Amino acid sequence: MSEHHHKETFVTKYIFSQDHKMISKQFLITGIFMGVIGVFMSMLFRLQIAWPEKSFTIIEAFLGSNQTDGVMDPDMYLALVTIHGTIMVFFVLTAGLSGTFSNLLIPLQIGARDMASGFLNMISYWLFFISSIVMVVSLFVEAGPASAGWTIYPPLSALPQAIPGSGLGMTLWLTSMAIFIASSLIGSLNYIVTIFNLRTKGMKMTRLPLTIWAFFITAIIGVVSFPVLLSAALLLIMDRSFGTSFFLSDIFISGEVLHYQGGSPVLFEHLFWFLGHPEVYIVILPAMGIVSEVIAVNSRKPIFGYRAMIGSIIAIAFLSTIVWGHHMFISGMNPFLGSVFTFTTLLIAIPSAVKAFNWITTLWKGNLQMNPAMLFSIGLVSTFVTGGLTGLVLGDSALDINVHDTYFVVAHFHLVMGVSAIFGMFAGVYHWFPKMYGRMMNKVLGYWHFWITIIAAYGVFFPMHFIGLAGLPRRYYTNTNFPMFDDVADVNVVITLFAILGGLAQLIFLANFFISIYRGQKATQNPWKANTLEWTTPVEHIHGNWPGKIPEVHRWSYDYSKVDENGEYIHGEDFVLQTTPLKDGEDPS
Amino acid sequence: MLALFYIFIAVAIGVSFWQITRILNFRTVIATDKDNDTQGKIFLWFTAFFYAMMIYCLIFLNVLMLPESASIEGEHDDNLFNITFILIGIVQFIMQFLLFYFAYKYRGKKGKKALFYADSHKLEAIWTITPAVVLVVLISYGLWQWNNVMDLSDEQDPLIIEVYSKQFQWQARYAGEDNALGRGNVNYIKGINTMGVDMSDLNAKDDKQVTELHLPKGRKVIFKFRSQDVLHSAYMPHFRAQMNSVPGMVTQFGFTPKFTTEEMRVQSEVVAKTAVINKIRKAKGEEPYEFDYILLCNKICGASHFNMQMKIVVEEEEAFNKWIAEQPTLAEVIK
Repeated sequence: MSEHHHKETFVTKYIFSQDHKMISKQFLITGIFMGVIGVFMSMLFRLQIAWPEKSFTIIEAFLGSNQTDGVMDPDMYLALVTIHGTIMVFFVLTAGLSGTFSNLLIPLQIGARDMASGFLNMISYWLFFISSIVMVVSLFVEAGPASAGWTIYPPLSALPQAIPGSGLGMTLWLTSMAIFIASSLIGSLNYIVTIFNLRTKGMKMTRLPLTIWAFFITAIIGVVSFPVLLSAALLLIMDRSFGTSFFLSDIFISGEVLHYQGGSPVLFEHLFWFLGHPEVYIVILPAMGIVSEVIAVNSRKPIFGYRAMIGSIIAIAFLSTIVWGHHMFISGMNPFLGSVFTFTTLLIAIPSAVKAFNWITTLWKGNLQMNPAMLFSIGLVSTFVTGGLTGLVLGDSALDINVHDTYFVVAHFHLVMGVSAIFGMFAGVYHWFPKMYGRMMNKVLGYWHFWITIIAAYGVFFPMHFIGLAGLPRRYYTNTNFPMFDDVADVNVVITLFAILGGLAQLIFLANFFISIYRGQKATQNPWKANTLEWTTPVEHIHGNWPGKIPEVHRWSYDYSKVDENGEYIHGEDFVLQTTPLKDGEDPS
Repeated sequence: MLALFYIFIAVAIGVSFWQITRILNFRTVIATDKDNDTQGKIFLWFTAFFYAMMIYCLIFLNVLMLPESASIEGEHDDNLFNITFILIGIVQFIMQFLLFYFAYKYRGKKGKKALFYADSHKLEAIWTITPAVVLVVLISYGLWQWNNVMDLSDEQDPLIIEVYSKQFQWQARYAGEDNALGRGNVNYIKGINTMGVDMSDLNAKDDKQVTELHLPKGRKVIFKFRSQDVLHSAYMPHFRAQMNSVPGMVTQFGFTPKFTTEEMRVQSEVVAKTAVINKIRKAKGEEPYEFDYILLCNKICGASHFNMQMKIVVEEEEAFNKWIAEQPTLAEVIK
C-alpha cells in the first residue's frame, strides 16, 4: 500500500496533481470561472437587445473602447455572442461538465484506484487550462475577440477586412480551440481505456451505472468527431495565414479581388458540423447520465428500462454522427442531401423519447426525496422535453427553411442542450459535492437556486420561440431598422428581465458552493443512501480511493426498494450496495 | 431614477447576503419529509405557472407570428408547421403534466415503499413504436414538401432573377428579354459594374440591375444567389423562402408569389399585426408603418448585418411589365 501514501508537496497535491479527484475539482472550478464570464457576457448583450439605444454604466465600465457613451458597438455585440457561445459550449458544458464528472466518477464508480494514466489526465487538465487562458486573453486584443459567431464560418472568420475580430482575435480563438481539442482527446482516450480495463471484479458492462455508460459513449463520440474540427481549424489557419484556398473562392472585398480560387465555405460547414452536431450530444449525454443516476437514487427505485437507456444512449450517439447536415439545409448543398439528413435527424426523436418516458416512469410510484439534485434532474427532463419537441420543426428541412437562424433556433437549442445540460451539471454538483469536498451543500439555498433558475429559464426561452416565429433573425445588433419587428421589442424586454433574474440566481449557487467548501456540514459516508461504489470510499480523500482491497461487485447499481415475496426489503433497507452479495434465492435483477 | 435602481440592487444584494448567511447557519442538508412535502407542492404550483405561461404565450404572442404564406409553395409549409405544432403541443402538455404531477403525487414520506419496477418490454415497445409511426408521417410529408420546394428542374417559363449580396447591401439583376443571365465573376467588378457582370457575354446585354425587387403575382420566380465577399443569407420570411448566398458558387431557390403587396396589406393577420406595431410606434412618436415584403440578411456577415435589407414589391403582371420595361439594360448603363 505504500505507493499510495507517498509524501506530497503542495504543488503535487493541488497544482500538478495526478489524482483524478483533484483533477475533477480543478476542471469544475475552471469551468465555473469560465461560466461566470460566459453568463456575464449574455447579460451584457441582453441589455443591448432589450434597450438598444440606452446607455448603461455597466457597459461603459466593462467594454472600454468598444462602446460609445455606454452603448456597445455592433462589432462588440457580435464578439460577445461569439465568445458567449464558445465558452458555454466548449469550456463550461464540455470540459466543465464532462471533465469534472468523468474524472470524479469513472474510477470511483467502476472500482478503480485512479485513471488508466494519471499523467495524461493531468496533461488533459493543464491543456484545458491553457486554452482557457488563451480564450480569455483574446478578449483583450485591441481589434476585439473573434466575432464571426461560435460557428466561425469563413470567409467572415478568415478575412480581417470583413470584421475586425477576424484578425488576432480569431487567431487566438483557433489556437485556443486547437489546444482545447488536444485536451479533450487526451481526456476521452483516458476515459475509454479506463472503463474498458480497470473495472473491478464483478463489474460487468451491464452492471455499470448509467453515468458511466454516458461518459463512455460521450468519450467515444468525442474521439470520433473532435479531430475533424481540429482539421477544419488547421485548414482555416492555412487559409488565413499561408495563402491556401480550402474554404475561399472568388472574393472581392475592400476594393480588391483576393487571390483565393476554388475553395468552398460549404466544405467548412460540413467539417465544422461533423463535430458541431455530435458536440451537442457530448454536452447533453453526460448530463443525462447524471440525471438517470440522481433520479433513481432519489426516487428510491431502479431506473426504468436500464437496457433501453443504454440502447438509447448508443443509438443517439450513432445517429448524432450522421445528422450534421441539418444545420446546412439552406447552405446551398445538394437538396437531396437535405432529404437524407431530415430522415436521420427525425429518427433521433425515438431514442430521445424513450429516455424521457423512462425517466417519467421511474418517478411513478416512487418515494421521491426532494433533494436539490433531484429538483434539477426533474428540471432537466422538463426542459429537455420542451426544447426537444421543437427539434421536430427544425429537423424537418421544409420547415427549417423559414425558421433557420431565427430566434426559434436560439430558443430550441438553449432549452434542449443549454439549460438541460446546465441543470444536469447542477444536479451532479449538488449530488456529488459530499464526495468532492467531504462536506454538504445547503439545501434551502439549493431550493431557491432551482426555483428561481427554472422560472427564469422558461421566462427567457419560452417566449423566445414566438419572436423567432415572427421571423426575427438571431445575431442582430438591434431590430430598430425593421418596423415589422417593433412588436417584439416588449417581449425582448421581458426576456432580458428574466435573464437578469436567472443570472443573479446563480450568485446563490456560487455562495452556497464556495461557502460550503469551507463551512458546510461534514458529510457522512453515504448521505443519499445510494448503491454505487463511490459511496463505499472514505469521506476523506485518499490516494487510491479505497483503503485495503478494491471492493468486489455482486449486482447492478439499481437495487433500490427491492423486496421479497412478503413485501419486506430483502436486505433490510431500501438500498443495497453493489458490494453486497446476493442472498440465497435472491433474483439477480 | 437610475440612482434609485442601483440603491435597490445594493439593498437586494445586502439582504440576500444576510439571508444566505442566516440560511447557511441552519446547516440543513438532506431533504426531510417536510421538504418533500413542500417541494412536491411547489411543483404543483409551478405546473400552474408553467401552463399559464404556455397558454398566455400561445394566445397573446400569436399576433407576433408571420401572416399566412405569401407564396403558393409556402402553403404546405404552413400546413406542415401547423400539424407539427399541434402534435408537439399535445405531447408537451401531456408529458410536462405527467412529470410534474408525479413529482407531486409521489413525494417522499418516511416508511413509504417505492415500487420495484425495473422493466416492461410492453411499455417500452409502445413508446418506441408510437413516436416512430408519428415520425413516419411527419417525415413523409416533410420530404414531399422539401422536394416540392427545392426541385426547380421542370418549371415552365420561370422569371430568373439574380440576387447579389455584399457587405452590407443587396442588389438584384433581372435576366431581361432572353430570360438568361449573363456570366458574373468578381474579376469583372469595376466602376459601375458592381455585380461583376461579364459584358462580353451576349446574355448580359439585356440584363437589368436594380436595388429593389419587383415580382409578378402568380408567376414562378427562380432566384440565383451570388455573394462577393462573405456568406449572407437571403431570407424572405413572408414567402417561407431562404437560401444562403455563398462566395464562389451560385445557389438557388424558387417560389410563386400569391398575393400582391396591396392585397397583403388588407389581409386580416397583417392588419392586426400592423395595428399593434403602429400603436407602439405612435407612442414613441414615429411614422406609422405600412406592410411591405422584405428580404433580410440572416447569416452573420459583419458589423451592419442587422441592417442589410431589400424591399420586395409584388404586383400584378401588367404593373410588373411596366416597371421592368422602365429599367435600363446593362448595355445601356455600362458602356
